[in-house]
Amino acid sequence: MALDPAAVRHIARLARLALPEAEIAPVQAELERLLVLVGEMQGADVDGVEPMAHPLDETLPLREDRVSEGDRHAELLALAAEAQGGFYLVPKVIE
Amino acid sequence: MPSPSLAELAQQLASGQIRAADLADRALARARERAALNAFITLTPERARAAAATADAARAAGRAGTLTGIPFAHKDIFCTKGIRTTCASRMLADFVPPYDAAVAERLDAAGAVLIGKANLDEFAMGSSNENSAFGAVRNPWDPERVPGGSSGGSAAAVAAGIVPFATGSDTGGSIRQPAAFCGLTGLKPTYGRVSRHGMIAYASSLDCGGVLARRAEDCAQVLAAIAGHDNRDATSAPRPVDDYRAALDRPLAGLRIGVAREYFGAGVEDGVGAAVREALGELEKRGARLIDIGLPNARHAIPAYYVIAPAEASSNLARYDGVRYGHRCAHPASLEDLYSRSRAEGFGAEVKRRILVGTYGLSAGYYDAYYLRAQRIRRLIANDFAEAFRAVDLIAGPTAPTVAFRVGEKSADPLAMYAADVNTVAVNLAGLPAISLPAGFSAGLPVGLQLIAPAFAEGMLLAVAHRFQQHTDWHLREPGDSA
Repeated sequence: MALDPAAVRHIARLARLALPEAEIAPVQAELERLLVLVGEMQGADVDGVEPMAHPLDETLPLREDRVSEGDRHAELLALAAEAQGGFYLVPKVIE
Repeated sequence: MPSPSLAELAQQLASGQIRAADLADRALARARERAALNAFITLTPERARAAAATADAARAAGRAGTLTGIPFAHKDIFCTKGIRTTCASRMLADFVPPYDAAVAERLDAAGAVLIGKANLDEFAMGSSNENSAFGAVRNPWDPERVPGGSSGGSAAAVAAGIVPFATGSDTGGSIRQPAAFCGLTGLKPTYGRVSRHGMIAYASSLDCGGVLARRAEDCAQVLAAIAGHDNRDATSAPRPVDDYRAALDRPLAGLRIGVAREYFGAGVEDGVGAAVREALGELEKRGARLIDIGLPNARHAIPAYYVIAPAEASSNLARYDGVRYGHRCAHPASLEDLYSRSRAEGFGAEVKRRILVGTYGLSAGYYDAYYLRAQRIRRLIANDFAEAFRAVDLIAGPTAPTVAFRVGEKSADPLAMYAADVNTVAVNLAGLPAISLPAGFSAGLPVGLQLIAPAFAEGMLLAVAHRFQQHTDWHLREPGDSA
């Protein structure tokens, strides 16, 4: 499986991982090797086989729609590096 | 004198021969003495002393259970309220969870005494415990070698005699392989048997909490404490928990053990294969029947796993955005820059690698060829096991193809590292329970025998392992203090 630098930049962008120019070539080489490994799957005969997403084929349980945890706003917000007035702070999005 | 079992420790506590406070002090002292192993990320002496005092008081009041007062370590992937939980990542280096994992709650309720948070591969991604932002862990049997991973700190802590048991998590072999490398018994329960609530997610359809200890009977005791349904984990199984301790005395006579020829394939060292065959011979001598079986899709397990696990990881780890908790980069220029730089700084190389591969396998144009195909192979692998279990009760083979390798030996080559999981990942893809137990030595290092059972047959696994351990003493061998 051959990648090109543009594909590597695209994947890194999708994954929101900053990737300096100098790292693109080594990451590309590494990903290509991994794709060779997972490419070995092509040898399996999977015609007509139902995909299995999960070990439990049963339907997931439903529960009543009610509040199970109390208000933990302050406790959870305290984990953020930057918060103000009860909100998370991020760089300005709208100019 | 071999290290006491959990039952023997409970007996010593009950008779007043020793107090929980003494056990906690001893464990903490031992942890400091063996600090060079780097088995712990955080020690929790104050909390341990308080929990030990509570345990001693409970015992005096006649309210002691089987784990009351027994010291242990949590893999630092289980959230502990008020105690930082790092997952061995720079991303979570300062994360102090506001809640306890279900496993942590249950062990607290059982009276076990937490002495610290054990090192691991970052986000449980690794097979050597070299991928930790807090440094590699050393194998107590040989400090030049790895303890296995990802539950390497847990394994090293038990093998070095710091704690009699430790929790672990197993997504592709992360309990069983370190148990094998460190001469311990390691149990990965059926998917859904132990709640994942508060266990930091790597690959949600594969992740499974479990235990490492010296003996199968110790594992039975801990599993009894941590297993059971939990509303907060929608995939936790709503079925009663078996009495694992009572099941231990089941005889071996008539037991059919399938010996999977694929598990002895190329890459399995001669000494490892020989020790495992000898251990199987011992089980045969005690009444079990060995039956040759094939698992024809076994060779596809590694490629399928290294699509599915990274795909799920890329999605699970999307939550680390630098906003709500975890590492945040300095002076972000934009929201996009905040996300991508916080993540690039917070994650280590292996975690990034898996996020990128997973993202690729899920991306438009590649989804069918990678993720969907891997899911179809997952079905074939599960079917192989189901077919085998029509003719046998258990499936056996070496846990890992080699004994513990040298620190640095495989860390530069991810593919060589992934090959360490060749006999363990299929079990997670199928969601089955499996145990690794000490089966002998090769070149002076421990070898693990893996037994795999049908879903929810942990009782049988533990019983067979227990029987084996009544006739062998591999699990009681302990490393010297050279490390």
